[in-house]
Amino acid sequence: MSERHETAAGDGVLAIEGLTVAIRGKEILRGVDLTLEPGRVHGLAGESGSGKTMTGLAVLGLLPHGARVAGRIALAGRDLLSLPPKQLNAVRGAEVAMVFQDPATSLHPMLTVGRQLTEHMRHHLRLSRGEARERAIDLMRKVRIPGPEEAIGRYPHQFSGGMRQRIAIAVALACAPKVLIADEPTTALDVTVQAGILRLLRGLCDDLGLAVLLVTHDLGVMSAVADEVSVMKDGLVVETGPRGQVLVEPRHAYTRALLDSLPENAGNAAAATAGAEPSEGEPA
Amino acid sequence: MTLLKVDDLVVEHRTPGRPVVRAVAGASLSVAAGEVVGLVGESGCGKSTLARTVCGIGRPASGTVSFQGRPVTPLGLRRRDPSLTGIQMVFQDPYASLNPRRRVGDQIADGLRTAADTSTTPADLLDRVGLPREFATRYPHEFSGGQRQRIAIARALAARPSLLIGDEPISALDASAQAQVARLMRDLAVESGAGLLFISHDLSVVRLIADRIAVMYLGKIVETGRTDEVWADPRHPYTRALLGAIPAPDGAGVLPAELPGDVPDPASPPAGCRFHPRCPKVMDVCREREPEFGPVACWLHEPA
Ligand SMILES: Nc1ncnc2c1ncn2[C@@H]1O[C@H](COP(=O)(O)OP(=O)(O)OP(=O)(O)O)[C@@H](O)[C@H]1O
Ligand SMILES: Nc1ncnc2c1ncn2[C@@H]1O[C@H](COP(=O)(O)OP(=O)(O)OP(=O)(O)O)[C@@H](O)[C@H]1O
Ligand SMILES: [Mg+2]
Ligand SMILES: [Mg+2]
Repeated sequence: MSERHETAAGDGVLAIEGLTVAIRGKEILRGVDLTLEPGRVHGLAGESGSGKTMTGLAVLGLLPHGARVAGRIALAGRDLLSLPPKQLNAVRGAEVAMVFQDPATSLHPMLTVGRQLTEHMRHHLRLSRGEARERAIDLMRKVRIPGPEEAIGRYPHQFSGGMRQRIAIAVALACAPKVLIADEPTTALDVTVQAGILRLLRGLCDDLGLAVLLVTHDLGVMSAVADEVSVMKDGLVVETGPRGQVLVEPRHAYTRALLDSLPENAGNAAAATAGAEPSEGEPA
Repeated sequence: MTLLKVDDLVVEHRTPGRPVVRAVAGASLSVAAGEVVGLVGESGCGKSTLARTVCGIGRPASGTVSFQGRPVTPLGLRRRDPSLTGIQMVFQDPYASLNPRRRVGDQIADGLRTAADTSTTPADLLDRVGLPREFATRYPHEFSGGQRQRIAIARALAARPSLLIGDEPISALDASAQAQVARLMRDLAVESGAGLLFISHDLSVVRLIADRIAVMYLGKIVETGRTDEVWADPRHPYTRALLGAIPAPDGAGVLPAELPGDVPDPASPPAGCRFHPRCPKVMDVCREREPEFGPVACWLHEPA
């Protein structure tokens, strides 16, 4: 199950090739290549500002105004970059969904979360009101929201930051997409709830063949669920490979530096800082 | 010297037609000058609600918050109590800390003015949080998630607070930037004698910078102690579960353990010890009586 079926790179459900993005003449992505396969989690790490979010936004056709984009983003054979807006709209949400880094972007502040969950389902999956409500409650339970029957009647601001993040995940999963782009989906979660969400994502891959692009700077999270790992720096993917190789024997200097900077590895110096009493003789 | 003292604080969220959500249910906490306190706990357990109440946003249902010996009173909608400018908060959502329509340099300059600081420039602060100086002329939406968080921190640091509250302030940064910014925040506290209340889900960062940690579960602080001691010997079963669920970056593909049972609803907390339905060590007494003592609120660790 966990062995790579390395039949052909071409059997990816989503293939990004030579993707470039420029905003006001500034090159932000400089030729990104990434392939997602059904049933697998592709982890994407990298420096802050290296272009991870832009890569995800490009797939959804949601780049900032004035961005110039080139390259290819093939979803089951169709090039998303040349799809007319109307068809792209149909793909978005139904076939490809995204959990945004900032949960405020994923959720509408003036609509109850139940409405946000059911609206898409009724439209894309053609469910009745009752069926959609059932599915919404089930999704809320899956992302570990307490009291889901009552919770679907609440507005986003009535939840904690981590709950909003989980609700955004539920909204993204609502229409059973084939591809999920999850941009730092667990940053607002404690590690036990995070474990639940990672299990949920892993289960969707294993059972339903979901393909996930998981953007995360947390190499522990990466290690727990990613099958493949890519690392970005300055608008380029600098390293790609199986999890066990990239996280254990990284080839690129930046990946190595990332691993070295982990508190676990920088441990000794770190423990010394935290344990130290405020130094004497230094009046405040 | 105690800078911040939170005593038996209760904060409720009320929405017409819905059950009252007791988000903070009798929490006590203190932060001394020059001290870094890490506040950790389950998503939804009330950390942000507590932090906001400390800043005077929202009114406690009971209990007290005092800052530099004076009670913190809820803010009017329009003006902040001038004594409270000594408290700066970096909000969990960096958009809530920044005005989308103003250049970030101008927003950092506001902080510098609060502190009557005429020698530091906004670019200097950007530099300190590891961003290029020329970013000062950009607007918040022109930044990546991690860049935006660092700008919110720069703005808060500019005001030279005596108490800095960071609510997940560096959650979007990669490991090397996290260590750098976390140390910067810690240095501010230790060097200037300010206090830092640091809320984070990233336990390795908390371990790196906190002198003491407070572990919160469903509205209450369930364990406090020196960071190194809690790390070496976590005593509350919830703390143990938490520390045990940190995924290791070892490339092995092991999914960490989830807590058994449902995440509790603060609108209807379990009777007795709040953790008992999910506790592997539950005893009869736990179902009946709430352990209302510290430093470890657990019947297995009742003070003699
Ligand atoms: N609207 C914009 N206009 C101009 N530049 C932008 C805009 N949005 C982002 N950028 C720049 O594009 C680069 C890539 O941003 P992106 O958000 O993809 O980074 P990221 O890898 O997701 O970083 P992080 O880990 O901090 O979220 C950054 O240097 C950022 O400053
Ligand atoms: N405005 C509100 N109205 C009703 N309930 C609210 C409101 N704000 C927060 N809550 C509830 O209060 C509880 C505590 O929320 P809080 O934001 O303090 O949690 P938190 O510990 O910061 O969580 P996280 O780690 O996910 O950010 C949650 O159950 C949340 O749903
Ligand atoms: Mg990003
Ligand atoms: Mg919070």
